[in-house]
Amino acid sequence: MKRAMLTALVAARRNRQAAVLVRGLTSGRQCVVTERECHGDTDVMDASIIQAARAALRLDGASVIEASGEPFLVQTEASPVRLFIIGAVHIAQALIPMARQLGFELCLIDPRTAFASPERFPDILIDNRWPKEAMPDYRLDARTAVVALSHDPKIDEPALQAAMDSSAFYIGALGSKANHLKRLGRLAALGYSDEQLRRIHGPIGLPLGGRSPAEIAVSTLAQVIQSRNSG
Amino acid sequence: MDRQEMANPDINDVLKTALAWREAGREVALATVVETGGSSPRPAGSNLVVAADGAFEGSVSGGCVESAVVSAALEVIASGEPRLLDFGYTDADAWAVGLACGGSVRVLVERID
Repeated sequence: MKRAMLTALVAARRNRQAAVLVRGLTSGRQCVVTERECHGDTDVMDASIIQAARAALRLDGASVIEASGEPFLVQTEASPVRLFIIGAVHIAQALIPMARQLGFELCLIDPRTAFASPERFPDILIDNRWPKEAMPDYRLDARTAVVALSHDPKIDEPALQAAMDSSAFYIGALGSKANHLKRLGRLAALGYSDEQLRRIHGPIGLPLGGRSPAEIAVSTLAQVIQSRNSG
Repeated sequence: MDRQEMANPDINDVLKTALAWREAGREVALATVVETGGSSPRPAGSNLVVAADGAFEGSVSGGCVESAVVSAALEVIASGEPRLLDFGYTDADAWAVGLACGGSVRVLVERID
């Protein structure tokens, strides 16, 4: 494979663009297709293959497609999942290293600088603004998850609103059933519909019966993974 | 806010590793799962990168065929000719390394020029 193909794939990932790598398994012809660009041997490839590659931008994984008697490997490189963590709490400290292992891109938002400090949270992007101001600066796309962990409605709820206003694939909020009902009442009063509110997983996480911060982090991330894989 | 800042340095990005190794002047081959059958552990599109000194990152199975793929990758680095390897398909196969899971996997191995 030409190095330029690899360069194009890695650049697309850096720019949070999906990219599809196409390789002819007998001819060795190859190209990389993104939403806006094509690199490689596209001029000598069947139009149907380029079309299939464009369709594959919305998929995950790889498959073999036949065109003009040749099998082509069509491999999608999706952009990494982004996880916004609202609340620099104990559970966040447990959750962040696990989320990093999952390959997620991470951002921690909490205006309380005593909580969201680089000492407590090394090597992660920390945004010390209120979520109401911070969230509009990020693109919450369909490969984005938002978990609200602060227990403070002033911090959590503007973040939940931004998440509901976006195409985020997962929204979760920590808190008891009773607190979650109160939260839904407040958000409904702001005009959010039942359908929008149903997107919030609350109480957060799969019911594993855990109580420790690390156990709650596992159940939360398990639910994020479940949502992503069922989407 | 610069989206670069969110980049996860721990991300298991085999393609990025392959490019970094190549740009550092190492000879590199990339192995990619093309197709799978039965209960094979790594899906199509999974990557393993191999350097000429035998270093590797990533996986194309649960560990059953990696050493055979690394050997083939070293030959591909030397020859420059891409190869398709089949594992667990038939006993007659030249590359019939058994998969404990009973599945089968086809792997493309190609040199990064």
